[in-house]
Amino acid sequence: MGLKKTGLMLAALMALGACEGSNIFGGGGSAAGQAPGGAIEQSSLEYFATEIGDRVLFAVNQSSLSDEAKQILDAQVAWLNQYADRSIMIEGHADEQGTREYNILLGAQRAAAVQNYMIAAGLAPSRISTKSYGKERPLELCSSEACWSKNRRAVTVVAGGMGNV
Amino acid sequence: MMKHLKYVWTILLVSMAGLAQAQDRPVIEIDINGGVTEPIPVAVPNFIAETPGARRLAGDIASVIMSDLAGTGLFREIPGTAFIGTVTNFNAQPVFSDWSVVNAQALVTGAVSTGADGRLVVKFRLFDVFAQVPIGDGVQYAGTQENWRRMAHKVADTIYNRITGEAGYFDSRVVFVSETGPKNDRKKRLALMDYDGANLQYLTDDTSIVLAPRFAPNAREIIYTSYESGLPQVYLLNLETGRRSQLLENTQNMATAPRFSPDGTKVVMSIIEGSSTDIYQVDMNTRERVRLTNSVGIDTTPSYSPDGSQIVFASDRGGSQQLYVMPAGGGEARRISSGGGSYGTPVWSPRGDMIAFTKIKSGRFHIGVMRVDGTRENLLTASFIDEAPTWSPNGRVLMFFRETPGANGAPQVFSVDLTGRNLRRVDTPSFSSDPDWSGVLR
Repeated sequence: MGLKKTGLMLAALMALGACEGSNIFGGGGSAAGQAPGGAIEQSSLEYFATEIGDRVLFAVNQSSLSDEAKQILDAQVAWLNQYADRSIMIEGHADEQGTREYNILLGAQRAAAVQNYMIAAGLAPSRISTKSYGKERPLELCSSEACWSKNRRAVTVVAGGMGNV
Repeated sequence: MMKHLKYVWTILLVSMAGLAQAQDRPVIEIDINGGVTEPIPVAVPNFIAETPGARRLAGDIASVIMSDLAGTGLFREIPGTAFIGTVTNFNAQPVFSDWSVVNAQALVTGAVSTGADGRLVVKFRLFDVFAQVPIGDGVQYAGTQENWRRMAHKVADTIYNRITGEAGYFDSRVVFVSETGPKNDRKKRLALMDYDGANLQYLTDDTSIVLAPRFAPNAREIIYTSYESGLPQVYLLNLETGRRSQLLENTQNMATAPRFSPDGTKVVMSIIEGSSTDIYQVDMNTRERVRLTNSVGIDTTPSYSPDGSQIVFASDRGGSQQLYVMPAGGGEARRISSGGGSYGTPVWSPRGDMIAFTKIKSGRFHIGVMRVDGTRENLLTASFIDEAPTWSPNGRVLMFFRETPGANGAPQVFSVDLTGRNLRRVDTPSFSSDPDWSGVLR
């Protein structure tokens, strides 16, 4: 995408008062994904990742969703309802405190927990697929809870839609 | 795909009439069951080259034999620099005093020759130096020159068997995952090597994540998990043809942890459906699948008993992950692990009497063994991550991988005795993990 985050604070402030719809930010599907004022285009992957939040985190060995995670997923679903041409791949991950074999399945459980929540929230099942990486693709590399807590994640990867193929 | 592998072995074994009074029973006793024993000092002087073409291999073969024996921790090498005698005639009685004076308790003599057709002949004899008698008859192996390491391993297997009374395991191979690159973008590929790290061959390229390769009982096929389709799914690789295929075609389910039945007619594996993972049996002829477990949580890493009648697996149905045993056709599962912490990757011993596993307790990983009924748990190793044991063909040694912590942490295959002694790094050219040990080759 090549986006800079210079407009992030502005976008956040504007988003508070913004009604739904992309026109405020310069019209949907701007090729650059960035509005003239430096705000992040609301339909962009950048917006989804930074403003909505593209991931939820989990407790050790758990795949249940916290209240905080549910709020993020509610926002993801609202965004996806707005951009019906998007589909998503939910990627489940685990920290390194478990065998590889088990963590692949734990990651799958986490992805399924997100999937089930979104379907219950009204998102069409056909728009969701899931995948697990177990502990194969850590985000943070240290071997302590500071990193592990960020690696126990389910990331919603958006595909489809203008400018995002 | 890599080049096809040759599996046409023609090692002929001929027992030769011994020198006088070969002993049938071991003269040198060794306790490999846990008592602390001093390693047996053994001398393996260079084999005699009976033809000019055999000169180089005569020394190399002796080195491999010595390396096999010393690698067990049960034998100690008397270095060549200490020798005061030489062996120049394979058929003459050794001068035992030359070997007893350097404290060699066992002596291996041998001869190597190459025929006009390029075939290699390796002969050896084993002696009890202090009793001044041969142990067993002399043995002769014939094969192709490119198989010289296998012939050396066969000699070492015979020596190991005659002295310990246990079957040898040196003429065997290991399939594993070879790894390169940083921790957050590790490149993985399947690799095959002799048990001692020699003759390494790569079986796949590194474009897809691969996991947990397992030999078919005939060691001619490998089954493993790959992200080739984007999702983790189970693939078969034929080592003779190089052909690779998905085990279950036209499926969108993620699947992992495949393992063959002892007769090779079935594969058991985990198939993920939503938030539940269950164990399925797949018929290798029809590719029909039968569900063997049906629990809410994760059932995985199934491993057959050597007689094919039972399956041990890991499940978190009771909360933490524990080990269970069920009939091979499915049915009621009995929990066998009870020691606290969580347990994974159980593997049934080829002898049938033990189960090896990964245990995680208080943030530490262990490789351990227990009896089939869950009693007599014994943890053999401890580290940040020790994972995924596999048994030597004779059930005396385990390989596993050890991963170091931190941003530069990386995995490496190790081996350890069933007693917990003789922890050794297995020599691999890059990071290595997920080993699976073949049976003894034929």
